[in-house]
Amino acid sequence: MPRTLTDALKAIAANPSAQLIQGGTDLMVEINFNHRKPTDVIALRLVDELKSVQIDTKKSQVTIGAGLPYQQMEHGEIARHLPALAQAARTVGSPQIRSAGSIGGNLGTCSPAGDALPVLSALDATVNLQSAEASRSVSVHDFMVGVKRNARLPGEIIVSTTLPIVSGWQGYAKVGVRNAMVISVASCCLVVNRANGTIAVALGAVGPTIIRCRETESWLASQMNLKINATISPNLLQEFGDRIANESKPIDDHRSTATYRRHAVSVLARRLLTRANSQ
Amino acid sequence: MNPNSEIYNLRVNGKTYEIRDSWVGESLLYVLRERLNLPGTKGACEQGECGSCTVIMDGQAVCSCLVMAATAIDSEIKTVENVSAGDSLTEVQDAFVTEGGVQCGFCTPGLVVAIEHLLSQNSDPSEIEIKEAISGNICRCTGYGRIFEAVDKAVSVRKAKTL
Repeated sequence: MPRTLTDALKAIAANPSAQLIQGGTDLMVEINFNHRKPTDVIALRLVDELKSVQIDTKKSQVTIGAGLPYQQMEHGEIARHLPALAQAARTVGSPQIRSAGSIGGNLGTCSPAGDALPVLSALDATVNLQSAEASRSVSVHDFMVGVKRNARLPGEIIVSTTLPIVSGWQGYAKVGVRNAMVISVASCCLVVNRANGTIAVALGAVGPTIIRCRETESWLASQMNLKINATISPNLLQEFGDRIANESKPIDDHRSTATYRRHAVSVLARRLLTRANSQ
Repeated sequence: MNPNSEIYNLRVNGKTYEIRDSWVGESLLYVLRERLNLPGTKGACEQGECGSCTVIMDGQAVCSCLVMAATAIDSEIKTVENVSAGDSLTEVQDAFVTEGGVQCGFCTPGLVVAIEHLLSQNSDPSEIEIKEAISGNICRCTGYGRIFEAVDKAVSVRKAKTL
């Protein structure tokens, strides 16, 4: 079992199709239910490099190791610079899950309901990958390619993600069947960049992968001055919600219906926009 | 990791156990119950939702069903069998009995571990902190009221002891 990133990269270079496991909160469910029977496993939980955090205030960015447990993002420096990520981290499962689950796991599984993923999308995060020979950085938008499909190549390990520190308001909200220990039925991350006068809205669990609402974003910027904290008229807020719902692509499944999800995601987005403009 | 033949050691409740002839996909829950004869930890949902398999691993509460046992080498694992010394009950276990926090009892070991873990870090938790700490432990019998009463009782008994 590798204890350094170098050893982990050597192991996956020798066996590029080996199953990677970090916290186990996704993979072990599949194994427990006999949906997957791995023979070759590379466990990353003892690799300390994957739990590092670099806060670079000069470049205004935070790089978070792919294996850092969500528990570590709920408070402290990460929460101060990336409040939406802290909120998303707090909504992940239970304390037991948050001490194991990580952004690397969310990206590796690439479920549209992964709680960190709308935050990564709304912040235009970068995913940093490494193999024994090379390293590369990919925009999170290019990394998430579909339902449980991502752009990681055989032989690569997701090592970290880099997120910008944005001045302005940001928040995350989700709907589930209970308050704790729940997988998203619909989720939303909204980031207002006051310096640029732009807004970013990303939706989770309402499409094959995370959806960025780029049309609604540019429409809203044309309707109001996002550089200042202005009151939003009820009509504008309603149209914003309707446009968000139109950009979502939900389905009926065991967790909810498309109709409910479309409604829920519109409510979440309106709620976040209201909060953004009442601070 | 060689999937079929590797022998590994686990540290559980202060003892070292050698695990032989295991399959790489075995969960820590399975190994505790079926190989180490430690059946106090319960298995129910096997997907991390119910908390009945909660154990302490390196000072963190985790769902043992979601830990690949072979990756828990180097870790210090503590199960419900080890929360009290010998045959005596801890204040938390005793309060579960006296306050009626146990009905069918299936969730109880996980709750005891989660609550002992909470109280080890925060000896006087608020109601919201207690709710947060056991939000990953599902009880379908009690409605949680008696469990919260048991936590309050355990907290006050411990406080009285330390005065």
